[in-house]
Amino acid sequence: MSEPVERPRPRSITELFVTFTVLALQGFGGVMAIVQRVLCEQKQWLTREEFLDTLAVAQALPGPNVCNISMMIGDRFFGTRGALAALSGMLLLPAMVVLSLASLESEFAALPEVQGALRGVAAVTAGMVVGTGVRLASALRGSLVGTSASALLGGTLFVALAWLRLPMGYCLLAVGSVAWAYARHCLRRVARVERERATNQRQSEDGRDGCGPEAGSASAVYEACLGRDASAAKAGSSR
Amino acid sequence: MSGNVALSLFGHFAGLSLLMIGGGVVLIPEIHRLLVAELHLLSDASFTGAVAIAQAAPGPNVLFIAVLGYRAAGVWGALATMLGAMLPAATLVFLGTRWLRVKQHLPAVRAFKLGMAPLVIAMMCATGWTLTMQTPGSRHVLVTLAAAGLVWKTRLHLLWLIGAGAALGALGWI
Repeated sequence: MSEPVERPRPRSITELFVTFTVLALQGFGGVMAIVQRVLCEQKQWLTREEFLDTLAVAQALPGPNVCNISMMIGDRFFGTRGALAALSGMLLLPAMVVLSLASLESEFAALPEVQGALRGVAAVTAGMVVGTGVRLASALRGSLVGTSASALLGGTLFVALAWLRLPMGYCLLAVGSVAWAYARHCLRRVARVERERATNQRQSEDGRDGCGPEAGSASAVYEACLGRDASAAKAGSSR
Repeated sequence: MSGNVALSLFGHFAGLSLLMIGGGVVLIPEIHRLLVAELHLLSDASFTGAVAIAQAAPGPNVLFIAVLGYRAAGVWGALATMLGAMLPAATLVFLGTRWLRVKQHLPAVRAFKLGMAPLVIAMMCATGWTLTMQTPGSRHVLVTLAAAGLVWKTRLHLLWLIGAGAALGALGWI
């Protein structure tokens, strides 16, 4: 799959650290869109496909998505030290900036204008989180899990968290196990259908190379799964 | 005294770290419960303000955890919450992604990604809902809904939204 063409890569761990510091400092209200632009288009360390694949894994594992992405990319080029350099680039300087802003804010906090502005920003922030969620939801349409099952699973978790205010750990474990089991069931069903189709095809094309169609359809199922992940990732990274 | 607070914060946040699936924002309801209702380290307004600053400021949104720690127990608090929240997750991600790279075609791995997708979205919506509903009044709900609609339907730079929210608030409309 890898092309013989030499692609750009970070020359040193320092370049990795500086790149992630600079891009993190550009990210007001979220870094994802900038990560994608810098890494894929400016630096070209990753193709768009590689980036989407990375994002899918980053989203599924605990930790902030952009931090996970930075670690995965650092690890890919320079191993453990690369992962540490990329992650600290993402967090170190931005943390100092944010904490300075926060301590400044506490001195001015008494001003009614400042309090009002913060209330306004908080309202917008809440809306941005919801808007991103709704935007990502459109990516579930092509999912193997199906729209109604996705809505049911997501709706259950939402009601438990937002209305009933139950602790997240238990909710996630309970709904998550059901979701995982159901997704496995869906994957098995699709694999079975594809196997049957491949067998039929092979029987009808008797005499030709038997492994061609089977391999082709297996990769089609895989592409279908990947496509869902990729479109979800695209929706997530487009802001 | 403040050393004890920092240590206990580290423990609490380390416990939450592995639940941070889909980004730090999904922890907001749980952290709010912890810092405001349970430990009484922060007021409701201070909590919401800290989240807003971190979201508005440059850098990953997860830095809101550092700001909350800073407000609760100073610089040591910031270190404690941030290290607590990051260490377990980052370790798992570092080891996990190496393992996943090898095992990415396993059905169990793909089912995990597939099943998580709707839940991550539900957690994001619950986060926004909780942030809005804990504030008294009703006009800010309109602002939240407008912001949600704009993020959903347009590619408007988020800085414009934050600026508009700040301006509306400073003028006393919210």
